[in-house]
Amino acid sequence: MIRNKSLVSINDYNKEDYLAILDLAEQCEARPVSNIMQGKVVATLFFEPSTRTRLSFESAVNRLGGRIIGFSEAGTSSVTKGESLKDTIKTVSNYCDLIVMRHPIEGSARYASEVSGVPVINAGDGANQHPTQTLLDLYSIRKTQKTLDNLVVIMVGDLKYGRTVHSLLQAMSEFNTTFHFVSPDELKMPGEYKMHLENLGLKYYEHKDFTNILPEADIVYMTRVQKERFSDPMDYEKVKNVYVLRSNMLEQTKPNMKILHPLPRVNEITEDVDDNMKAYYFTQALNGVFTRQAIICSILGLDQK
Amino acid sequence: MKKDRKHLSVSAIKDGTVIDHIPAEKLFNVISILGLDSIPNQITFGTNLESKKLGRKAIIKIADKFFKETEINKIALIAPTAKLNIIRDYEVVDKRQVEVPDEIIGIARCMNPKCITNNDSVITRFRVISKPRISLRCHYCEKITDQEHLEIL
Ligand SMILES: [Zn+2]
Repeated sequence: MIRNKSLVSINDYNKEDYLAILDLAEQCEARPVSNIMQGKVVATLFFEPSTRTRLSFESAVNRLGGRIIGFSEAGTSSVTKGESLKDTIKTVSNYCDLIVMRHPIEGSARYASEVSGVPVINAGDGANQHPTQTLLDLYSIRKTQKTLDNLVVIMVGDLKYGRTVHSLLQAMSEFNTTFHFVSPDELKMPGEYKMHLENLGLKYYEHKDFTNILPEADIVYMTRVQKERFSDPMDYEKVKNVYVLRSNMLEQTKPNMKILHPLPRVNEITEDVDDNMKAYYFTQALNGVFTRQAIICSILGLDQK
Repeated sequence: MKKDRKHLSVSAIKDGTVIDHIPAEKLFNVISILGLDSIPNQITFGTNLESKKLGRKAIIKIADKFFKETEINKIALIAPTAKLNIIRDYEVVDKRQVEVPDEIIGIARCMNPKCITNNDSVITRFRVISKPRISLRCHYCEKITDQEHLEIL
């Protein structure tokens, strides 16, 4: 049951919940504008700025006919006056039907959901969780592949700190996925996630570059390798061009293959890829609006029909 | 004769609790976690005693002291092998295996410095995901605190 429940972590939902959200997101895509949120107020509390995510949520609410209150960075709110997170959430939950929050402290959204009188959607709590990103990734995968089952997913880049790949791995592990992890040694997929796959009997392979495996992929999920993650800048210089996807690398890939990226991109996908049919990351961002519409409707118990 | 000698090493108590099978190197942790260094009760302890299971074990006898469950949980985290004997009038009236509960509330610290529990006045809460080598998953930040980094509050 999703209704009236906060969405803090991808682990709050099970396989049936994912599929229910994706089905509803399809309906939202078919009919993106409605008025079913009339009279409902959503508070978007962004304790750290994330323009892209905030606009996506606000677009979703607006297209459903709801209203928005909130702030886009803590600097403009009572938080700077030293108000505790608990007090902010308790106060704001009096003014709205749903809280969407982003906060740099890990676990802040779980805590907020425990003190809030209304459901909370986590729009990112530090390096921890960003479940609506995962659900829009699932939506994008199912939409382009017509299924979530038995796919080959290549994850590229920062697999150690990238929360999007960790959550996507957890969600896709419900669908008999084969994983390939492509990363520098410094940024390998952490052991606990590999153990999770082993416990489920799923196959995964680790690579230092992706030259030979691209033809196997149904989905290539790109992430950014950040310089700050390396203790020795020389190590970064050595690998910075290894994890870049270029148009000429796509020649041998499957016709159904699609490239995803949580955005913003820096240089890990060259711009000549953008015009390729297999580049999907901008549509993926649009799918975020439909998916968030579906999540909001499900939590508020609003019927899309 | 041999039995009597063993008795002498740690003297008997009339009423109270005997905590046995503490890994020897954890003795002083257990004393400090339970606050035994600041209670008025009569306490005797022995350490580096032979144990088939642990190699060297420690034992603590606390007169007129009966532990609450939350206190026992604290021992379980640091010395999961420990066993409690409840003594009334020199007789063992109850034996309790110290067990790590499935959920730990307010005892351990989350090792993630960016966790809300280390940045706000939020009581820590964990699911125990492995025992006897303890591994805790934080209810808030979802990060794992392992035995090596376990810090008792
Ligand atoms: Zn934590």
